[in-house]
Amino acid sequence: MEHTSTLEKALRGVAITCVILFFMFPIFWIVLMSFQTNETILRVPPSIIFDPTIQNYVALITGRLETSAGSLEINFMSNLWNSLFLSSASVAVGLILGVPAAYAFGRLKFRGSEDIAFTLLSFRFAPPLLVLLPLTIYFQQIGLADTYFGLIWVYQLIVLPLILWIVRGYFEDIPADIENAYRVAGHSWFSTFRKVALPLAMPGIAAAGLLAFIFAWNNFIFALVLASADKQPVTVGALAFVTASGIQYGQVAAGVVLSILPTLALALYAQRYLVEGLSLGAVKG
Amino acid sequence: MTESVLRLENIDKFYGPVGLGVHAVRDVSMEVEEGDIIALLGSSGCGKTSTLRMIAGFEETSRGKIHLAGREVQKLPPVRRHVAMAFEGYSLYPTVNVRDNIAFALKAARLPAAEVAAKVQEVAEMLEITDILDRSPNSLSGGQQQRASLARALIRDADLYLLDEPMGQLEPQLRTLLRGRIKFFIKERGMTAILVTHDQTEANALADKIAVMEEGVLQQYATPAEIKDRPANLFTGTFVGEPPMNVFPVTAAASGGRLSIALADGVVLDYAESDFAAEVRDRILTRGDVMIGVRPYAVHRSETGPTATIQANQWLGDQSHIAASFAGQTVVLVEHHRADVAIGEPISIRVDAHDLHVFDAETGMAISHGPELA
Repeated sequence: MEHTSTLEKALRGVAITCVILFFMFPIFWIVLMSFQTNETILRVPPSIIFDPTIQNYVALITGRLETSAGSLEINFMSNLWNSLFLSSASVAVGLILGVPAAYAFGRLKFRGSEDIAFTLLSFRFAPPLLVLLPLTIYFQQIGLADTYFGLIWVYQLIVLPLILWIVRGYFEDIPADIENAYRVAGHSWFSTFRKVALPLAMPGIAAAGLLAFIFAWNNFIFALVLASADKQPVTVGALAFVTASGIQYGQVAAGVVLSILPTLALALYAQRYLVEGLSLGAVKG
Repeated sequence: MTESVLRLENIDKFYGPVGLGVHAVRDVSMEVEEGDIIALLGSSGCGKTSTLRMIAGFEETSRGKIHLAGREVQKLPPVRRHVAMAFEGYSLYPTVNVRDNIAFALKAARLPAAEVAAKVQEVAEMLEITDILDRSPNSLSGGQQQRASLARALIRDADLYLLDEPMGQLEPQLRTLLRGRIKFFIKERGMTAILVTHDQTEANALADKIAVMEEGVLQQYATPAEIKDRPANLFTGTFVGEPPMNVFPVTAAASGGRLSIALADGVVLDYAESDFAAEVRDRILTRGDVMIGVRPYAVHRSETGPTATIQANQWLGDQSHIAASFAGQTVVLVEHHRADVAIGEPISIRVDAHDLHVFDAETGMAISHGPELA
């Protein structure tokens, strides 16, 4: 352990505080904004002293937005529900498809396995806009545009490669002979997969699932193009606050706060898995 | 009448495409009788573990057939082969303790709890691991994990027990003790076992028959005594035996009822023609240039004979290992008493005809062992 003087400790503390302030400030400001009206938000110079109001949250939750130009229907809560449903369902489908595939890529060496795995990863390279136009046309032709099913399918572009590649590394880290020991004791490969490989790779699967959830939650462009108002997630729904009578900053801020709560809660809950899962070598041979 | 539990028929293993990939096991055929312990002996990369894993079903058999307990199994998955295996890398289930690791298969087979507990206790006592039964595999030393892995294999009911370097991590004292116990355990229950090892002492002590492998080829498959007395080729001769066999390239010639074997540097070993059977003599003389092998304990100091100069003399507590420069190389002698010779001292060497192993210089195949044909 290196020796640290009091001065070093103090400097380090100051540096860490600066970094935290820098990165946390936008979030802090958003939280402040969510308790203000547009008038107090837009005054110059800005001040952190104001009369807090919960009107923004009330508007979001009741679905009625009162503006100077009149009242407006907003379906923020249904957007939130859409986000939750789309992200959960996408991750569930991604896990069901991706985990067995990751096992196959990790354990079985077959002709072309590397190519297929790489192709799946390459979905992440392509900018979404590149595929969106043809995808939109196809989806309209086969009737998948503006359906949950279609959206969940497209979300696989985001979640599947992520799950596949993280979990695959996990399966590769499990010594094959642990599975062989189980197989030779009279178990099929499927029950070996279920009883040995899956539990040992669980931290990795949890981490991959969580990351995939966050990525799916934060997706904007696919839902913007492929979903109509009643199926839009919060990321797209927030656009509704850009109204004819101006941008409703207060509601935008409250919407942001509400929409980061689920992922924040999930991340805090699964923090342990996330750290464990993303640092390799958690399985000791 | 014992029947064969395992029969390997011309099996090959290629890592990569058949015919192109690394040819790890080459045309191996052997039979294992019920109740026998077989040792697959060889250096690293000789194909012994690949052979074992083909029998277990973890590696595909590239060519040939494997018959196990009357069934052709080379296409079957491990689950259907009914074998038990102890792994070199232990491969204990990391999530359960040692007791549950050992009892795993018995519990899965729904044996009564009392019976499982009794069996676990018995095998744990045999392997001296009763004190670690409740510990997690990750907290154990290599030797402890190895014994737990061995226990997990031996406790099961199987047609064949495959043990991959089962004692490699154990301390020498424990190894000697457990060798005896494991052999007794296996023999008492009439189990059939194949163990892979690179330790010839282990092979000699445990096995009824030893299969010596090198470069994927089964060099010899015989009892330990036969391998020592009648090595099939130069490799087996030099690989098995400690210290290894002395080998010299020689030229043989006959004249006046004598057979003289000329080593390098003008050293000649002289024998009566009658020391060898007529066919042996003929074979040696037609070849002319051959290799001779002599076990260290068969090289004697004597009054007369070619001279050697002592290079080293080590007393190991129960035997002396003497190295001497002889015929342009080093010859090693073993004497079962403290040898009283000093470095630099000249000695005379005698090798009796019945201790001579003669090998073909080109193929390395044995021509004769003592007076008889190989």
